[in-house]
Amino acid sequence: MSFWLTTKRVARYGLIGFIRNGFVSLAAIFIMMITLFVIAVLMISGAALQATLQELVGKVDVNVYFTTEASEEQALAIKADLERLPEVAGVEYTSREQALAEFRERHANEQTTIQALDQLAGNPLGASLAIRAKDTSQYAAIAEFLDVRGAETGVISKVNFYQNKTAIDRLSSIIETSRKVSIVAALFLAGASVLIAFNTIRLAIYTSRDEIGVMNLVGAAHWYVRGPFVVAGILYGLISGVVVMLTLYPVAIWLGPPSQAFFGSFNVFDYYVENFPFLFFTIVGTGVLLGALSSFLAVRRYLHQ
Amino acid sequence: MIYFDRVTKKYNGGLPAVEDVTLSIDPGEFVSIVGHSGAGKTTLLKMLFAEIFPTEGSVFFGSREIGDLSEKELLGLRRNIGTIFQDFRLLPTKTVYENIAFAMEVAGKPDEDIQADVPHVLDLVGLSEKMWNFPKELSGGEQQRVAIARAIVNQPDVLIADEPTGNLDPVNTHDVVEILKKVNSLGTTVLLTTHNKLVVDSVGRRVITLEQGRVIRDDKEGKYIL
Repeated sequence: MSFWLTTKRVARYGLIGFIRNGFVSLAAIFIMMITLFVIAVLMISGAALQATLQELVGKVDVNVYFTTEASEEQALAIKADLERLPEVAGVEYTSREQALAEFRERHANEQTTIQALDQLAGNPLGASLAIRAKDTSQYAAIAEFLDVRGAETGVISKVNFYQNKTAIDRLSSIIETSRKVSIVAALFLAGASVLIAFNTIRLAIYTSRDEIGVMNLVGAAHWYVRGPFVVAGILYGLISGVVVMLTLYPVAIWLGPPSQAFFGSFNVFDYYVENFPFLFFTIVGTGVLLGALSSFLAVRRYLHQ
Repeated sequence: MIYFDRVTKKYNGGLPAVEDVTLSIDPGEFVSIVGHSGAGKTTLLKMLFAEIFPTEGSVFFGSREIGDLSEKELLGLRRNIGTIFQDFRLLPTKTVYENIAFAMEVAGKPDEDIQADVPHVLDLVGLSEKMWNFPKELSGGEQQRVAIARAIVNQPDVLIADEPTGNLDPVNTHDVVEILKKVNSLGTTVLLTTHNKLVVDSVGRRVITLEQGRVIRDDKEGKYIL
């Protein structure tokens, strides 16, 4: 029998079975929709968590304050050294003049402070560096590096890592715990949903066990018996995946502004639109794979010699 | 030729359902196998189409021992043996046409042959009008005729009919027996198990009587004697 003829027959029977077992198909699609919806929500909430954590990490930095005697060249040399460190994501230099201007701006409404500043002979503020690490756990290593450089050059007056250490450590621990908890929760929820979908398809095929027996009896090859069920499983996944993606659209519109208000920079609707191809292929692909695999395994139980 | 060589079958190590049966069936024969319920009739037939295998002894189909066949060869064997059962065993989600076409499709027949042969075989069993009906829309007799059409459409060497008239009224029973005789007259070996004395007597061919798994009688032109 030619490959195309067989494929055509298997696909036709899969489609016919899908339509004629309408109620069973509907139940399987509904359960699979719930599974895929859970997976989609996990993906989006994971991205929201990641974006929020990233934003928090971006806000953490270590500041190095130079003595007023330190020259700009010395400060810039340390900046260049820091930028060469693999742990460092970025270094921002603030000159003495900028620091003074910022100070004045910040305290513009505080007359006493500004008057006290004006009475001083020169600029009392030193230059500074704001350092951002790639990971919050790397600030300790950067601080150690600065201690060594400070001792060598004598131009560093203060590194605020030690003042912020408790907060940074706590944030690092929260980030690490959040990552682990979200991964475990996602795996658990996804696993449970997949099992429910798998069992639903198994039940759907259980209703056809006698039919499978008859197919065996008339000498149908295992793949010929299995094929239509796998096609139906693919259809369950395809339809439920597309429906979930369509359902997510109004949900994303509705949740867009509140999500931005809650998470800060993360907007569910923007994420949905920008990552649509990725979300579509992941959700529909998971559905198709889950449907096909569940059917394949479920039919195996009733295939005997 | 079909040959049972000292065949014994025990289910789960219990008492034998079939015990030490040796018999041969020639091509073109019409053999009725009779006996009380539990005598081993169905077990004997199931070993022929390899739904179950003997605990001891061997079953031969032609020159090949069925137990030695590969999975692929077993499928070939089943396509060469038509089967009819008391409970019809049709595919409930397929129409009459599709039920019969399915048997041809698994045998690798092209679409043109299927389109030509299915109406022809339905005509043979008198069901041309019901081609697009589903099994649940047919009477018991009609369902059994569909099962017969499916069993013979690939022109098998052997037709196994396991209590085919068990659920049918006398008129439908008569129709089914006539179809079986017709199929046999075209050269197909027919193995029939039944409790129906009238059926066996009306066929008037070889009768094998089983009791407690053993062959107690094998008459060339027998009657139903129990």
